[in-house]
Amino acid sequence: MNRTEPLILGIESSCDETGVGIVRGTQLLANVVSSSMEEHIRFGGVIPEIASRAHLDAMVPTLRAALDAAGVSLAEIDAIAVTSGPGLAGALMVGVCAAKALAVAAGKPLYAINHLVAHVGAALLDESLGAVSVGEDDGGGPQEVGDGGGLGRLANIGALLVSGGHTEILRVGSIAEDVEMLGSTIDDAAGEAFDKVARLLGLNYPGGPAIDALAKTGNPRAIKFPRGLTVPKYMGTPAEPGPHRYDFSFSGLKTAVARCVELFEAQGQQPPVADIAASFQEAVLDVITAKAVLACRENGITTLLLGGGVAANSRLRELADQRTRAVGIRLLVPRLSLCTDNGAMVAALGAQLVMRGILPSGIAFAPDSSMPVSSISLR
Amino acid sequence: MLILSIDTSAIASAALIRTVPASYGAKASAAVVGSFATEDTRSHAEVLVPGIESLFGDAAVEGPALDAIVVGVGPGPFTGLRSGIAAARMLSFVWEVPLHGVMSLDALAWDVCGAASRDRNLMGGEFLIATDARRKEVYWARYSPGATLLEGPHVGPAAELPALPVFGAGAGLYRDELLARGCTVPDAFADAQPTAAALGLRAAALLVCGDRLLPSAPLYLRESDAKVPGPRKRAL
Ligand SMILES: [Zn+2]
Repeated sequence: MNRTEPLILGIESSCDETGVGIVRGTQLLANVVSSSMEEHIRFGGVIPEIASRAHLDAMVPTLRAALDAAGVSLAEIDAIAVTSGPGLAGALMVGVCAAKALAVAAGKPLYAINHLVAHVGAALLDESLGAVSVGEDDGGGPQEVGDGGGLGRLANIGALLVSGGHTEILRVGSIAEDVEMLGSTIDDAAGEAFDKVARLLGLNYPGGPAIDALAKTGNPRAIKFPRGLTVPKYMGTPAEPGPHRYDFSFSGLKTAVARCVELFEAQGQQPPVADIAASFQEAVLDVITAKAVLACRENGITTLLLGGGVAANSRLRELADQRTRAVGIRLLVPRLSLCTDNGAMVAALGAQLVMRGILPSGIAFAPDSSMPVSSISLR
Repeated sequence: MLILSIDTSAIASAALIRTVPASYGAKASAAVVGSFATEDTRSHAEVLVPGIESLFGDAAVEGPALDAIVVGVGPGPFTGLRSGIAAARMLSFVWEVPLHGVMSLDALAWDVCGAASRDRNLMGGEFLIATDARRKEVYWARYSPGATLLEGPHVGPAAELPALPVFGAGAGLYRDELLARGCTVPDAFADAQPTAAALGLRAAALLVCGDRLLPSAPLYLRESDAKVPGPRKRAL
């Protein structure tokens, strides 16, 4: 196997996107995604069974398209990587069974990969970030770990992952060997909160883009919505951190928005939807960016990577930019096609594991819908 | 002809079937040359592909020499059912071997028919196959004495089945309801499940005759449980 620039095929099926990507080392060759998003619109959220059915039908066509786009044959591939968790159990199962069959049929090693860590790996594929993230000596910034060849490019960084399925702050010591969860949502994912509030406001699914657009015409300070898990009893102090210092909660906020809408209606008034959208969005993104920056500062992290579909939100980018800039943290935002769920990020992480000489997972593993980030790949 | 058969409609199983063409007055025949099957119905994602691999010396080398892959298309619990079809579709794509679907209850009907040819007391007329559909229901179908599908597959409560002999794990699970309906539940098949071995033999018999099989689309029989949300209740 080529361990300097391995040719890796990655398969992703943890939510509603069937993704197949192909990379050579850190070079992106193909990134094909088939989404079942349209089928979930009328339900106002991802329906796991519908997503699983769509994965089954999309898998082989997506694989074929990725091989065509990359211009490579299966025989040339060095290894297969597949998301084994976290994610929707039934959806993961389709990708895992397909990937195992592919590995056996083509006689290739298989890596069972953590979806959240793969989001971090996506950054390796964006050349426009590569230049700034490699080997700059700024005292604590991302460092080349010394063995060259792109290894360790994502060393000692923070990652803020925000999507319809997850909301996490990670500390990435080394993408192949040392990833730690600093904080995460204790209830809804941020993207899920956007979807639910969009429905309350009569907007379409997915809620993120709809609220982002409407919020531009509203006043983010019009209504004071709660900031979840920000009071001292949860935050504690740097010396004595509280139980949820870097964690998020959005279910109380969602209830507050519902109350607010009902209050206007009970008074016979039309709710000011633009102001509500702007104020809600500000409440979510204020906490997310503040806690991400706090986590970075308290963990000696000077580069923060943004990932997940909510990275498309214009206000998130703006706030993250302002707040990281103010304290001298470098912000990396990969292009959107690499931020949303995709197979290329899975392949990118697979390539890092191969380059590190980490052993493949075999084909006897089970998908794990709550796979912890400490498990970068299954052994 | 060498056929790889896979079924995950209940248990996870796989089998290699070799057919022998008719010659010198001997009828065409088919035999199971290797098989794998689980006991349980919930570990498909872990064990299925290793089980398939175990049927070969070197799967990547021998796979392309297959003449056909057949897969049970259910009905069966969705997640398990998909694991077999996902694997079968991928093997078919990589090895460039044609893929066919077979209704999974046909596999059990094939077994019943074989057993009946050895034991004439087992059944003499039409019969039903029933498997566990969970949620207090069964997947079922009605067959002729020669195992030709007459009706189904359906999903529904055992208490709504026609009064005929019922074979399969679905019959064992709901024995009392079925007996109350006037069905019989032969003990020998009261916990039987569709297997890839039987599915492959059944498919081989059809393929040898040049009969067409099904596409590999799963027979879910039930919609996803998703409900389109109604309009939000206003506080007015
Ligand atoms: Zn994701």
